[in-house]
Amino acid sequence: MTWVNAIVQGIFLGGLYALFACGLSLIFGVMRIINLAHGDLAVLGAFLVWSLTERLGISPLLAVLPALPVMLAVGYLLHRTVLARSLRGGPLTPLLTTFGLAVVIQNGLLQVYSPDVRSLGGPAGGVATGSWRITSQLSASYLGVLILAVAVLVLGGLQLVLRRTAFGREMRATAQDPDTAALVGVPAQSVYARATAIAVATATLAGVFLAIRSTFDASSGPTQLIFAFEAVVIGGLGSLWGTLWGGIVLGVAQTLGAMIDPQYSILAGHLVFLAVLAGPRGRSFLARPLRARRQRLT
Amino acid sequence: MSERSELISWLGAAARAGAGTLTVVRSSFATRVASTVSVAFGVALFAVPFGFQTGVVQQLTTLCTLLILAMMWNVLAGYGGLVSVGQQAFIGFGAYATVFLAQQGVAPYVAVVLAALLSALLAVVLAPVVLRLRGGQFAVGMWVVAETLALLVTLDQNLGGGTGVSLRGLNTLAPDWRRAYTYWLTLAFTLLLFALVFLLLRRRTGAAIRAIRDDEEAAASLGVRALPLRFMLFVLAGFGCGAAGALILANTLFIQPQSIFGVQWTAYMLFMVLVGGLGTYEGPVVGALVFFALQDWFAQYGAGYLIGLGVVAVGFALFLPRGLWSLAEDRLPFRLLPVGYAAVVAAPTGRRAGATTS
Repeated sequence: MTWVNAIVQGIFLGGLYALFACGLSLIFGVMRIINLAHGDLAVLGAFLVWSLTERLGISPLLAVLPALPVMLAVGYLLHRTVLARSLRGGPLTPLLTTFGLAVVIQNGLLQVYSPDVRSLGGPAGGVATGSWRITSQLSASYLGVLILAVAVLVLGGLQLVLRRTAFGREMRATAQDPDTAALVGVPAQSVYARATAIAVATATLAGVFLAIRSTFDASSGPTQLIFAFEAVVIGGLGSLWGTLWGGIVLGVAQTLGAMIDPQYSILAGHLVFLAVLAGPRGRSFLARPLRARRQRLT
Repeated sequence: MSERSELISWLGAAARAGAGTLTVVRSSFATRVASTVSVAFGVALFAVPFGFQTGVVQQLTTLCTLLILAMMWNVLAGYGGLVSVGQQAFIGFGAYATVFLAQQGVAPYVAVVLAALLSALLAVVLAPVVLRLRGGQFAVGMWVVAETLALLVTLDQNLGGGTGVSLRGLNTLAPDWRRAYTYWLTLAFTLLLFALVFLLLRRRTGAAIRAIRDDEEAAASLGVRALPLRFMLFVLAGFGCGAAGALILANTLFIQPQSIFGVQWTAYMLFMVLVGGLGTYEGPVVGALVFFALQDWFAQYGAGYLIGLGVVAVGFALFLPRGLWSLAEDRLPFRLLPVGYAAVVAAPTGRRAGATTS
């Protein structure tokens, strides 16, 4: 029964990872770059919410509401100022710039907020601590269910936007072929900027949930980037539902690893990731020099 | 070879217009002088422990490890097109392999050399998995490898677990001699790696590597196979970074998994290579010197210093992607060590006009 509980907790944890991963997946799908500052942007969002919670004395779940538009703007400006320029510099430049950006954000937060470990669990109140007891050994925390539900809603919402709306069509067109999309009046940079804005906003949401669920500090970003990336790769690149699946596999691997020994938790996740990479799925990475550009974003 | 013929055709028109003769050369007299001086200077550095205090020797050892790291990261990113955020996997592996071998009774300096070779072996093992990935996927994939190794080391109590471990066996030597030996070994590794990269770029592989760097699809259409070259560069970088890790340990005698497997190494390497000049032979040297000086002056400012490094690196990536060396390269009439070709047009008046590629 404890194993079943571990799997259930892993699924909830997977919801959080999927939420982290969806922004990474979106930017990769549309712009073909991995944003190495993704985790640090999420932590930046968490610190913004932490400040709002402290100043206004409200629940972090309420403080997210004013924080999200701010982070949307941050994402939009990030693209307009840095990413747009770096995309013109060839395939390596976005990696170099986003890594530099990650260093800047992380140390900026360290400077402003000190290296103290914080949590939003306290200010969030009952949501963070309560749970439904299903049997004596199986429980579902309110927060776990909430995070998973939000993850499904965000991923489903993104899917719906991509499939059904004009903006979604523009994103898919730009992902497939930015030059042709520009010919029919879809400016790539504007699409990219909006995609980055959405990605940063979802990262903020994930960062806040991480902060409520456990603790965070200025240097939490890289670990979250790694988990998000693992979820994206395990789930299959470019697929949003795959990302949810990948997040859940990663979460379950970590909780099962922790069942054996708490020290094995993160290691188990890494090993599953490397196994996926070494396995037949990993081979698919080899055969995509040109075809990748034609890959459909779903 | 394609580079050479392209250069010839490009300059053909210029030559006909100038009615002069066109020759493609590796070097000029000035370049030969510069190369000889560079090599002689490198060899002369072996004499430093006889003329300077141990503080200087230790500083130079640090500088040499930085040179190795910058050069290896440049080999990967600048020539192989592989930006790795996880080269600290090899740095840490080299250091811990040295500790492990020393614990088994191997003489410490022999252990350093063996650890570097083991790191190359690790790269051979990892290559089939991680070289499947491209761009950002490779970058973060290597990061996961580094984190995995760090966790595995932390779990092993014989290697000191999370608290760190000392390299024993070197404290029997007199401190001055120990520092001198470490310095000589570090300098030898630095010169060896410089020579290896030089040979790699001079030979036929060099043209292929640079063709891939400039346009992989075009290079592939000419029959250049990218994967074996990437494999070679990845293993070379694994060897070099492992050596650097082992030498860092020999220099400091104590390591902790969090710091030796830390991602800050990537930040340093990226800074050095971007500032010096990505994809140039001399650039990493410039970058390492700049970084060494900055670290000496500003490291005390902690987070502020790292913010500065990040901002400068982003600035170079966006506005001066070929780094500081490109500023000098376009003006200097010679190369420190010639890895490319130069075409010289001898005009009827005897005036020489040149164009170079690297």
